[in-house]
Amino acid sequence: MAIVDYTATELLERMDSRDLTSRDITAAYLAQIETHHGEVNALVRWDAEGAMRTAEAIDSRRELGEPVGLLAGVPVVVKDNLCTSRHVTSCASRMLANYCSPYDATVIERLKAADAVILGKGNMDEFAMGASTETSAFGPTHNPWKLGHIPGGSSGGSAAAVAASMAPVSLGSDTGGSIRQPSAHCGVVGLKPTYGRVSRYGLIAFGSSLDCIGPMGRTAEDVARVMSVLAGNDPKDATSIAGPVPRYEMSCREPLDGVRLGVIDEQFGEGLDDEVASKVEMAIREFEGLGATVTNISLPHIRYAIAAYYIIAPSEASSNLARFDGAHYGYRAEDIPLDEQDGPLVAMYRKTRREGFGEEVKRRIMLGTYSLSAGYYDAYYLRALKIRRLIAQDFADAYKNVDFLIGPVTPTPAFEIGEKMEDPLAMYLGDSYTVGANLAGLPALSLPCGHTAEGLPVAVQLQGPALSEEGLLQLACAFQQESDWHLMRPELTKAE
Amino acid sequence: MNDSLPYTTIIGLEVHVQLATRSKLFCRCENRYGADPNTLTCPVCAGLPGALPVMNRSAYELSVRAAVGLNCEIPLFTKWDRKNYFYADLPKGFQTSQFDLPLSQHGYLDISDPKGEFSDKRIGIIRAHLEEDAGKSLHDEAAGKADSRIDLNRCGTPLLEIVSEPDLRSPEEVGIYLSDLKLLLEYLRISDCNMQEGSLRVDANINLHLPVDGELKATPIVEVKNMNSFRAVQRALAYEAVRQYEQWQESGRCLGDPGVTKETRGWDDDAGVSRSQRSKEESSDYRYFPEPDLPPVVITEAEVEAHRLALGELPAALRTRLVAEYQLPEGDADVLVNQGRPLVDYFFSLAGAIDDGKIASNWIQQDVMRYLSEVGVTIDDYPVAAEQLGSLIADVLAKKLSTSRGREVLAQMVSSGETPQAAMQSLGIVEVDSAATEQLCRELLEANPKVVADIKEGKMKAVGALVGQAKQRNPNVQPQEVRDLCLRLAGEM
Repeated sequence: MAIVDYTATELLERMDSRDLTSRDITAAYLAQIETHHGEVNALVRWDAEGAMRTAEAIDSRRELGEPVGLLAGVPVVVKDNLCTSRHVTSCASRMLANYCSPYDATVIERLKAADAVILGKGNMDEFAMGASTETSAFGPTHNPWKLGHIPGGSSGGSAAAVAASMAPVSLGSDTGGSIRQPSAHCGVVGLKPTYGRVSRYGLIAFGSSLDCIGPMGRTAEDVARVMSVLAGNDPKDATSIAGPVPRYEMSCREPLDGVRLGVIDEQFGEGLDDEVASKVEMAIREFEGLGATVTNISLPHIRYAIAAYYIIAPSEASSNLARFDGAHYGYRAEDIPLDEQDGPLVAMYRKTRREGFGEEVKRRIMLGTYSLSAGYYDAYYLRALKIRRLIAQDFADAYKNVDFLIGPVTPTPAFEIGEKMEDPLAMYLGDSYTVGANLAGLPALSLPCGHTAEGLPVAVQLQGPALSEEGLLQLACAFQQESDWHLMRPELTKAE
Repeated sequence: MNDSLPYTTIIGLEVHVQLATRSKLFCRCENRYGADPNTLTCPVCAGLPGALPVMNRSAYELSVRAAVGLNCEIPLFTKWDRKNYFYADLPKGFQTSQFDLPLSQHGYLDISDPKGEFSDKRIGIIRAHLEEDAGKSLHDEAAGKADSRIDLNRCGTPLLEIVSEPDLRSPEEVGIYLSDLKLLLEYLRISDCNMQEGSLRVDANINLHLPVDGELKATPIVEVKNMNSFRAVQRALAYEAVRQYEQWQESGRCLGDPGVTKETRGWDDDAGVSRSQRSKEESSDYRYFPEPDLPPVVITEAEVEAHRLALGELPAALRTRLVAEYQLPEGDADVLVNQGRPLVDYFFSLAGAIDDGKIASNWIQQDVMRYLSEVGVTIDDYPVAAEQLGSLIADVLAKKLSTSRGREVLAQMVSSGETPQAAMQSLGIVEVDSAATEQLCRELLEANPKVVADIKEGKMKAVGALVGQAKQRNPNVQPQEVRDLCLRLAGEM
């Protein structure tokens, strides 16, 4: 088996037994990136020298018998909306194409403290707005399983990097499904944690009340290990949750006895692709085989989730993205036309934002600005907040009767690149099954459970009540011990 | 009041006060005026991507203290909202403020005019809420094309916005309201209220009510900004009242007429005029919505009550006490209280030492306060302790030395830091015993028979010449003693 085929857990075992060094491992992943970057475009930039230096430093510490962190020597790719004090953090936008953050996001500090080797930054939809990684200013990422197809989004680069063996694990962010949906399309495990379980400090905000950072990897165990590093209270994030953090990688192999699963009725109706439906149903039967009891559950307000989400997320985004105006940092337009009415400052804002943002970002800023405007606020934003509360109540009611919910992640397998770029509404409907967890602030996990006839991955979504990440990972781990979808690798073109 | 005017002036104020916290509202940067530009900034207050705010609880507690002092209701739950607008000194593109659930509301401030020109009055406080200050744009006004410079040091400074009801009826009332409000905030140690440094800023909303054919008409409301001193506020409002009356006479336009919008005018203190800045119709819709990065703030009844109990004696109560317990005239009480609590405490010590409030007040106003204003220091830096000054005044009261000599001794004490005794010694002041004074008087009477004759004829003023001569021969004599003695001895002659 090649180095890049090992899981993070296996790599750590081999480093501990001195069969491999982080240097060997990092070099292998960098070689994989160099070889297949042209096909996949999973990373927007990487730092081979820096990664090798870090790997060597960790190797020598391990050699000297010094204590090392939970991810010592393991390469990681992080989404390009996570601020890193080295190199550019661009959000895949022209607006920040040369922006260097002066500080590390809290999750980056935690990865560094755990001695991870950060390889580079994952491609994404611009400012995390999209479900296909096609809105990136650096070009689309290609699905490693079928290069003409999208990898999902917005964390498409992070998902594709794991699927294409360019990193054993990666970090994404999930505002309406942006970890789970690309994980599903790329056949990897992705966890969206409970809101506040992982600090958002240093995550360039999209929808602040929805945004969550989470891990992606081939196995639930790897994801659990990264989660142990990421999770925990952060005094720099006022919405961060206090309280002890489990060692997820230690608990995830424990058996879950007598689990009650609820199948979400509303997610098996119109719009769900037959092939996806049958794979998800097979997965549900497999869980039954593992001892789970399965009942049907209704979330009566979930059908309004997309409508509420596409008011709340753009509203917050319209405010969060106001700071990108050319005045302080980032892109600034040149040759500002003289504007008689508004003066030079407003003219500069206009041209900068027109040129610096892509179409989808501008569309959402306008949606959000409209929803928050006087006269529309009550009819749109306020009603969306009410629906949000009702949906949270639906979940709370459901978890009185079942331990976890199960259903599809996406209505269809990955579509072709370009297929939905002219139809934003169709693209938004792809988030139907995932946005509920964001609106309710609850954890959810995407677990590979099969391939379509065309060879595209399909995944099942497991959702749980607040702070049930341990249970979700145990379920996923139990499933993976009985299945081998996570062992399959896409066939990339050989290096020429 | 102002009965002669054909209109009533209606004024409400929005006062912004920078809180005297050590650090800023949402980050740990130092909250300080006057540092080099952009040296007191971090990713949070500079609005860098990914940075998140964390509330400085002490700013909230300070605001609650102020609100309790303004007799406001304190809701047990309050939240933050974003006020969205674009400006170069607002790096996030929104100001974190409070919209529909402010930390306090429905309060009042009782004001009274020390000159007694209008009766005591209760000014309603609609709300007091907390928000973050913006940075400062420094425009190069010489050339239109020159770059503007931005200083973000002020970004994130906690600001308490205190909104009054439109209860004020004249620029004079506004002046009293502002000085009473400032005094209260200083007593509560909320802010240094320094208008020059921008830690207290005032915007005013003003219009006129006019009785026309038995019906009350109102002129359009104008917001006046850019007033940099209390004096400027009063001048601007006096100007604006006249301007609105003239405009109304000309156009007859009233509040609520079609096409009438709220105008904002900027005051130019040098020119003594205001200029239209923009009408509210063109101004932005702020698109307020709840700040998702900050959890709501909660406080308990018991905590609010603790703030109430910790308020201490406020200026109004202090004035009343000075009048009632120390028999001070209201004017004296007002002057002392307006100097701030430390000076009042000095007064208490001094009045206690000499057992006379009025005399203590006289000495403080005539001698202590003059020194403080000349040197530009506060009572904390006054070199003479109240006990020392008390001992000096006691000597004056015991007629051991004259008031004017007492002043000389005090000046010596201030400059040298000496005790009254040492200062008197330095000045060569020794007590003249009564035998020596009598001897001196007898000599003077004998040398001035004309004066003695005048006195005998009842021209008592003539004795003044002898007092003058006595002071020349011995500066330490007590003039009053010399006067009394000469009159008695002349009568006996």
